[in-house]
Order: sequence, then structure tokens, then C-alpha cells
Amino acid sequence: MSVTILFLGPLRDIAGEQLREVDGPLDWAGLRDAVGPEVAAQLDEDRVNVACKGRVLADKCALQAEDGDEVALLPPVSGG
Amino acid sequence: MARLALSSPLDVRLLDKGLSVGEALAAFNAAYEEAGGIVSFLGKVRPGDGVRALELSHYEPLTLLGMEELAAAAGSRFDLEGALVWHRVGVMSPGETIVLVATAARHRRSAFGAADYLMDHLKSAAWFWKRERRADGWHWIEPRPQDRLDLARWK
Repeated sequence: MSVTILFLGPLRDIAGEQLREVDGPLDWAGLRDAVGPEVAAQLDEDRVNVACKGRVLADKCALQAEDGDEVALLPPVSGG
Repeated sequence: MARLALSSPLDVRLLDKGLSVGEALAAFNAAYEEAGGIVSFLGKVRPGDGVRALELSHYEPLTLLGMEELAAAAGSRFDLEGALVWHRVGVMSPGETIVLVATAARHRRSAFGAADYLMDHLKSAAWFWKRERRADGWHWIEPRPQDRLDLARWK
């Protein structure tokens, strides 16, 4: 078991992959370390959101993911 | 031909292939016989600008749920009889439909307002990511400043 980090939209290109498996538990500092400096710099921006277990975190710095959880990194959206 | 079945009052869908606009609107019109007015908006991949294809990606746990919440918010804010909110994902060609919104209300202002509200939120506050393929490859698209201003009108 591990935590799955999912890179959405343009973050996928920066990360060079769609998802990455890391050992849990995973907190904010651990997430920043796990994704590499370029994605970490994006994560620090207010407009990038983080979801854990399918819910967007009101405070992404409060991330507490356990083994088996999916953590999605959500850059600014554009639809329509 | 059997008529397309819609859920009422809100029919919200993520579609991974092309949709029949005529069939959808005929079914929507038939479903709200009591409505005094129906407004629809059809968004398409704009031909030109060197765009060869457009791809919309989404995040399964959030996107449809977010659209359902948006439709419900529009329904109560504008006193709608019903709404249809359909959005494509996947790769599309110029001229193809990306999004179809229809709103039914007793009076036209509510129907116009709700369609406008739904589209402004789908453009820049729904869980989609859009990229375009041009001659030199794929480019991610962010909302334009105008899209953000459009959204801010509803705050």
C-alpha cells in the first residue's frame, strides 16, 4: 500500500508522469518533497488546490494522507 | 424513434463522445411543457487560430459532482423549472460541441440568467483542464482575464 499522487492538467507535463506512488503517511512537507522542486513551486501558489480522497482541502497545508489514499494536485481550471 | 430520457429537474452529464444537440433540446423542450421560456447555449471548438484539436481532461471524483452542485445552485438562484448541463471530455476537432446548457423557467430573464451563470462557472470554476494542439504541439489553456471577470459578476 502507498499514497498515490495524481498530477492533473499542466502539472502532468511538469511532473513528467500522470501519477506517482509514495509511502504513507504523507503530509504537506512530505508532498512537497515527493513531487520535486518544479511541482512544489506550483503547489505553493494559492491557485493550485489539493484534494485528498476525492475532497478538495480547504487548507492544503493540513494534508494528512494515509496508505491507500489518493492525493490529486489541481492546477487552475479551464472548461467550456 | 424513442425520445431521449432526461432526468428532471436537473440532467447533468459528462460525455466522452459527440452529442446530438437537436435530440437533447427536443427532449428538454418536451420535458418542460409548463415552462414559459427555454434558453440554450452551445459551446464549440472555435475553428481557426491554427487549432487542430482540443482536449478536455477532468478528475472523476470531483468533476461531475461539482457540475451537479453548480446546476442545483443555478436552479434555486434563478427559480428554474429544469436545467440540462452536458460537458464533453476527451479530444475534439474544430466545430465540435464542447458544452450544451439549457434552462427552462416560467419567465425568460430567469432562463437567460441561469444559462449565463452556468456557462461562466463551467468556463473557469469547474474541474476541467483544456489544451489545444497547434502546429507546434499541445498548449495548456488557462481562463482569460475576461473569463475571471465574468465569473466575478456572480459573487
